[in-house]
Amino acid sequence: MKPILQIENLQTHFFTKAGVVKAVDGVSFDINAGEVVGLVGESGSGKSITGFSVMGLVDAPGKIVGGRIMFQGEDIAAMSPQQLQSLRGNRISMIFQDPMMTLNPVLRVETQMVEAIKAHDSMISKSEARARARDALGLVGISAPEERMRAYPHQFSGGMRQRVSIAIAMLNRPDLIIADEPTTALDVTIQGQVIHEMQRLCEATKTALLCITHDLAVVAGIADRICVMYAGRVVEQGPIASTISQPLHPYTRGLMGSVPSQNRRGQPLQQIDGMVPSLLNLPSGCAFQNRCAMVSDKCLSEIPEPIDVGEQRLVRCVNVGQEPAS
Amino acid sequence: MSNVTDAKPQATAVPASGLKKFWADFSESRLALFALAVFSTILFIALFAPWISPTNPYDLGSVDIMNSRLPPGSEDFAGNVYWLGTDGAGRDMLSSIFYGLRVSLGVGAFSGIVAMAIGATIGLAAAYFGGRLETIIMRIVDIQLSFPSILMALIILAIFGKGVDKTIIALVLVQWAYYARTARASALVEKNKEYVEAAQCLALSDRRIILSHIMPNCLAPMIVVGTLQTAHAISLEATLSFLGLGLPITEPSLGLLIGNGFEYMYTGDFWISIFPGVALLITIVSINLVGDQLRDIFNPRLQK
Amino acid sequence: MTAFILRRSLQSLIVLFVMSLLVFGGVNMVGDPVDMLISPEADQMEIDRVIRDLGLDRPVTEQYWYFLVNAFKGELGRSFIFGEPALKLIIQRMPATMELALFSLLLAVVFGIPLGVYAGLKPEGKLSRTIMAGSILGFSMPTFWVGILLIMFFSVNLGWFPSTGRGETATYFGMTSSIFTADGLSHLFLPAFNLALFKLSSVIRLARAGTREVILQDYIKFARAKGVQESRVIRVHLLKNIMIPIVTVIGLEFGSLIAFSTVTETVFAWPGMGKLIIDSIYNLDRPIIVAYLMIIVLIFVTLNLVVDILYSFLDPRVRIKGAK
Repeated sequence: MKPILQIENLQTHFFTKAGVVKAVDGVSFDINAGEVVGLVGESGSGKSITGFSVMGLVDAPGKIVGGRIMFQGEDIAAMSPQQLQSLRGNRISMIFQDPMMTLNPVLRVETQMVEAIKAHDSMISKSEARARARDALGLVGISAPEERMRAYPHQFSGGMRQRVSIAIAMLNRPDLIIADEPTTALDVTIQGQVIHEMQRLCEATKTALLCITHDLAVVAGIADRICVMYAGRVVEQGPIASTISQPLHPYTRGLMGSVPSQNRRGQPLQQIDGMVPSLLNLPSGCAFQNRCAMVSDKCLSEIPEPIDVGEQRLVRCVNVGQEPAS
Repeated sequence: MSNVTDAKPQATAVPASGLKKFWADFSESRLALFALAVFSTILFIALFAPWISPTNPYDLGSVDIMNSRLPPGSEDFAGNVYWLGTDGAGRDMLSSIFYGLRVSLGVGAFSGIVAMAIGATIGLAAAYFGGRLETIIMRIVDIQLSFPSILMALIILAIFGKGVDKTIIALVLVQWAYYARTARASALVEKNKEYVEAAQCLALSDRRIILSHIMPNCLAPMIVVGTLQTAHAISLEATLSFLGLGLPITEPSLGLLIGNGFEYMYTGDFWISIFPGVALLITIVSINLVGDQLRDIFNPRLQK
Repeated sequence: MTAFILRRSLQSLIVLFVMSLLVFGGVNMVGDPVDMLISPEADQMEIDRVIRDLGLDRPVTEQYWYFLVNAFKGELGRSFIFGEPALKLIIQRMPATMELALFSLLLAVVFGIPLGVYAGLKPEGKLSRTIMAGSILGFSMPTFWVGILLIMFFSVNLGWFPSTGRGETATYFGMTSSIFTADGLSHLFLPAFNLALFKLSSVIRLARAGTREVILQDYIKFARAKGVQESRVIRVHLLKNIMIPIVTVIGLEFGSLIAFSTVTETVFAWPGMGKLIIDSIYNLDRPIIVAYLMIIVLIFVTLNLVVDILYSFLDPRVRIKGAK
């Protein structure tokens, strides 16, 4: 089955006064129909920018400078603003991180939902659009949707607001939803509910989901496949189960090892030594070199290409398969 | 909160210290630099007017009514060139403008400084002591600020009459509230910072805490407000003098010159009114530009 | 909601009360009230009569009471110059001033908001820089000087507009105004533009600052992510958010328009309240000064009240309790 989204060597750079920030520098992965892909990495890894690049929402001074984003046969990176506009909210939707800030505080929820419908179907009547909006709210588990629609965003709780965002994302039955840190701004107790909701909906409607997050627990619970990003590149990708239980890239190993639940009580927490390099000043060769236990000369001179190690797993490491010298 | 933060790392260069950094930031705007240069020239003219002015227009002996209303660039019988023409009484416009700048700038700056001193004291006290005192003071400040300055000035002059001292009093009374509000706002921010608590723990006197600790950190916004307010004060004084309500004829400011020249406009002798106006404009604009740049530098929300 | 209105109204009344005290104090305590309120030409009998009428021989508190009572009745003294009741004179001139102020406000808003929003959306563009430079000029130039310039260029040199006075008026919908006649408009335009310039600069700067801040907000990005047309994003999402501070400032600044009309009316010889008060200060026609002060204070307090109420309507977070 052909994937609905194919990102090929995407490069998105920011041209700032201090220099060129290579936020996304050679990212490639696919998403199949109905699949849930988790895109994980720490702050600064470029995962959010990848999501925005797919939507064509990269703000100045950023620009997509290379690569292709093939969505159902067309290259998003080469689309005109009109084409992008008809794509967004329609065939690809996005859920943002902080629901407090993503809904316009001075407009009613109803207005913000109806406009999402009317933007892609100008012939629809207002009452029909309202009905669809109401149904969508009901689907995400908001009670008394008819009344609540008339309310303003600040009258909803955080979890409710995120549900509204999810409802909006699903209004036009998109093929792909990109969720950028959907649970980060929510209370821990609500996070589980919202994730569960998203999973249920995506399964029911066969919508593909790209879940961008730094929270491994979220990804472990919901994703089919996982892509791990570091300093603007995907360093490892593969099926969720095997990647989490047997990580191959040194960074992924460090990530999995540093999750508190992986560590035994009483033992010091594992951590990855060193710091992420500045994106203004990436070293030549592998970006992980200053923190890697297995670093060799080859790592310093060339950027490792993704190596296919079988079972649909790709790793950007020339020393893959070797154990670190202890 | 913003989704773009994970792509913008800190700049690795270490900023230069204090004054050098300030100058570097300020010089980023060529326009502001230019404005500063212009203002410095004007300041120079104002300070040294009696020495660098071609004539003394207020020395009645040297003014001849026969020279009245000469267009710019004309010469009189004695061979003096009047670069900007003469007014209705025969006074050289260029010299009048020099002296006028002196008065306008002097009154504006003086009232500004007094207003700043008073306003800052009140604002700092209000912030530091808090409670009912603060509420009452700020209420008064708010109410006063909701009235336009020109109205306040008119009322004060209407009640107290005309004159240099009364004009300055009016200007001070109009301005102090801006300074009070700014001082209080920045003092409040500072007050909640930890070093004030630390100083209080050391049982330093209130006055010392305010003067040595809080005030220096409030200076930046005060300077910004000071520049912009001074421009405003100069403008206000000019308006009052133009209306005939401000300074008397013995201390002619630019506003008065413009006012005197107004009637000659209809007969085409525009220079008597326009040139002082241009001088006034250049003064105010240059101060505003400098103040704008200062404000941008000190505004934390616009920091890169 | 009604609680809010009541509370604000009460505050306004208190301010009115305090201002009346100040005006009364200013007039009666500074200098001799006899000089203040009685024409210098009156003879002794006249002076005695007025003293009795105005209660100047009574204790101060009683005087103040009389002052208030008279103010309510609309009796604020008689003009020395015109001999008519001061209040009546002022009210006669008010429509002219209001017309000028309102038309200026209209100009400032209608031109200011689009210009400001444009400058905010494309801050680096040439047109934007020009707009901002223009707004600094507009902000810096004293009103009276702009008026002089306008007269010089458009009246004396080009002859496009008359330089003084108010034009003919006509009455439509029960309103008499000079905007209904061509002659009226030609007289109105220059002074209104003059008055509007200062406000225009403020509105442009406000709109630009608001736009620059709002356009970076997540909800704008989210609206785009929904596929909403950019024109709607600006028209609905952006505009409604920047209107809140703009309306507040415009409302409060309307008062300053009325105040600055004193200058514009003097320059253009426009027959409004402003010219009257300037002339009166010059001529020491104190009853008019007192009456003007009271009226102005009343206008201001009412204006503040209206703006506060309007603000709460515009920002649903303030209106609906439980807003964080």
